[in-house]
Amino acid sequence: MAVPVIDVQDLRTHLVTRWGTVKAVDGVSFSVAEGETLGLVGESGSGKSMTCLSLIRLTPRPASRIVSGSIRLDGDELTTKSEAEMQKIRGRKIAMILQDPMSSLNPVYSIGMQVREPVSMYHGLRGKSLTARAAALLSAVRIPAPETRLRAFPFQMSGGMRQRVVGAMAIAAPPRLLIADEPTTSLDLTIQAQYLGLLEELQHRHRLAMIFITHNLGIVSKICDRVAVMYAGRIVETGPVRQIFKAPAHPYTRALLESIPRLGARREHLTAIDGQPPDLARLPSGCSFAPRCPQVMDRCRVEAPPAFPVAPGQTSACWLHATA
Amino acid sequence: MSAPAATAPLLEAAGLTKHFAVRRGLLGWGTGTVRAVDNVAFRIEPGTTLGLVGESGCGKTTTSKLVLGLERPTAGAIRFEGAEVAGLDRAGLRHYRKSVQAVFQDPYASLDPRMRVGTIIAEPLVINERAGAAARRRRVLELLELVGLPERSAELFPHEFSGGQRQRIAIARALALAPRLVVLDEPVSALDVSIRAQILNLLRDLQRRLGVAYLFIAHDLAAVAHMSHTIAVMYLGQIVEWGDADAVALAPKHPYTQALFAAALPIDMDGVREEFALSGEVPSPLDPPGGCRFHPRCPHAMPRCATEEPALRQAEGRLVACHLYD
Repeated sequence: MAVPVIDVQDLRTHLVTRWGTVKAVDGVSFSVAEGETLGLVGESGSGKSMTCLSLIRLTPRPASRIVSGSIRLDGDELTTKSEAEMQKIRGRKIAMILQDPMSSLNPVYSIGMQVREPVSMYHGLRGKSLTARAAALLSAVRIPAPETRLRAFPFQMSGGMRQRVVGAMAIAAPPRLLIADEPTTSLDLTIQAQYLGLLEELQHRHRLAMIFITHNLGIVSKICDRVAVMYAGRIVETGPVRQIFKAPAHPYTRALLESIPRLGARREHLTAIDGQPPDLARLPSGCSFAPRCPQVMDRCRVEAPPAFPVAPGQTSACWLHATA
Repeated sequence: MSAPAATAPLLEAAGLTKHFAVRRGLLGWGTGTVRAVDNVAFRIEPGTTLGLVGESGCGKTTTSKLVLGLERPTAGAIRFEGAEVAGLDRAGLRHYRKSVQAVFQDPYASLDPRMRVGTIIAEPLVINERAGAAARRRRVLELLELVGLPERSAELFPHEFSGGQRQRIAIARALALAPRLVVLDEPVSALDVSIRAQILNLLRDLQRRLGVAYLFIAHDLAAVAHMSHTIAVMYLGQIVEWGDADAVALAPKHPYTQALFAAALPIDMDGVREEFALSGEVPSPLDPPGGCRFHPRCPHAMPRCATEEPALRQAEGRLVACHLYD
């Protein structure tokens, strides 16, 4: 496999709150290669977003702290970098697209001012050449009439167009790693399809490593190469998308895939997962999924399972795979 | 699942239209009309589910508000149990409002945080029925059991419950008056993925046990297909396709329905599905395109689509509004 663009090993990000220490990210390891897309899947509170915010060190402060682990970007360790050094990495090396374009764009600045800002910072352009580059970025994300659109304000654009502007700013550098945190959740279905196509195109053009955070498994099956399933701050299963969907190994992944209604497979009853995700400040000892797991064993309640390899490229953190 | 033999429909909408007047221009001197719902007709049979799908701004929510009596139609009529709702007297209207209830998307917003769950569920009973406190209490416990919550929940406040449990409380409240129709407006989209199946299963169980009909509005097309007996697809205020749920979901005929269901990205690693990405965006309902409202985005558009509005017509076991099937 190619040298990974981003390589995360045993990352732990904890939050100190009134209710105790919340282990938002608890021993997460993954890597993403150039041109590859990793889907990070899980329910709200499973640690998907906290994992990605840890990469660019934007987790809420002072409550949160990266307790241990290593994050390497092209072999360069990020956890020991100073704040000033991180500033140079954010946007330039690691860019992020968030869910709601209305809150990632400033409502009182024109699109042109907002798109020109990263371009002048990264490329030191001024004047006409700066505007020309900004317009080129807008046309790269297929916004019609880019020169005119530079003078528009966010409220004059539709949600899909706004999210395109955010995409244009994200590839201004272009970065090495693009983190897309539920970028299409606020978009309509047909607009979502357009946007996913656009992201794929940008990725191919710039050979971006991409982390795609979502809870929509349909999107994962469309655009991701590999997928990591998170539950309560840990990756419970990871592997190639096809493999995970065809032969999920972890009971949580299996339950999740079975609980989703599918077109064409009419079932009277969906297989629901009983109970609810655990409180991260009061995690059960052992495997966090044990209280909801249909195949729970005594060992699961005592000892947290390590990741067992179950197929080429596929690992599952479950005692069911322990051979001994 | 096929719809039960056609009996008298529980609810029937004919020519249902809702226009909103809006001010345009800098000083608001110009006026315009948003055609939120334009000449829509549908039927809900007793004990069945009509799924209403479409993108934001297509008129789904306005339609549900019209059904709930929260908006008055500009034209057209809703008939409930055979009687026209607009012509109902006070008693009739009271009966209608009791019979048609709603569950909304966000159970964090739809439950009063200062009321105990027992009071929340009993509120419709206090307002609509002259039952004594003991009878009300019995009914509350019955409803809690029905939605799978423990008895002691009645004494607790909404914040002590998770999202899924809150939605159960909202469902219990909607069922308090034994309605015949419940409008479910995105009932699971605010919930965690692993919780959604619990609520969808509960809603189907309740339908089987109580014979209640649903108007199910959701973005998640697979969930709509799972829950519904019939599906109506809306685009810019009009129904473009309406028919048996399996027919519409698995073999859509209208180009918009085809694009919508293709965009729904089913988890299907083997099936070679046609890529069918629509270009362009939904036009403004202030200024809908002439002819077929979908023609500027339609991959099969013909010259007559720009001038002639297609009517809903029977085609291959469902109703489709498209010139391709004339």
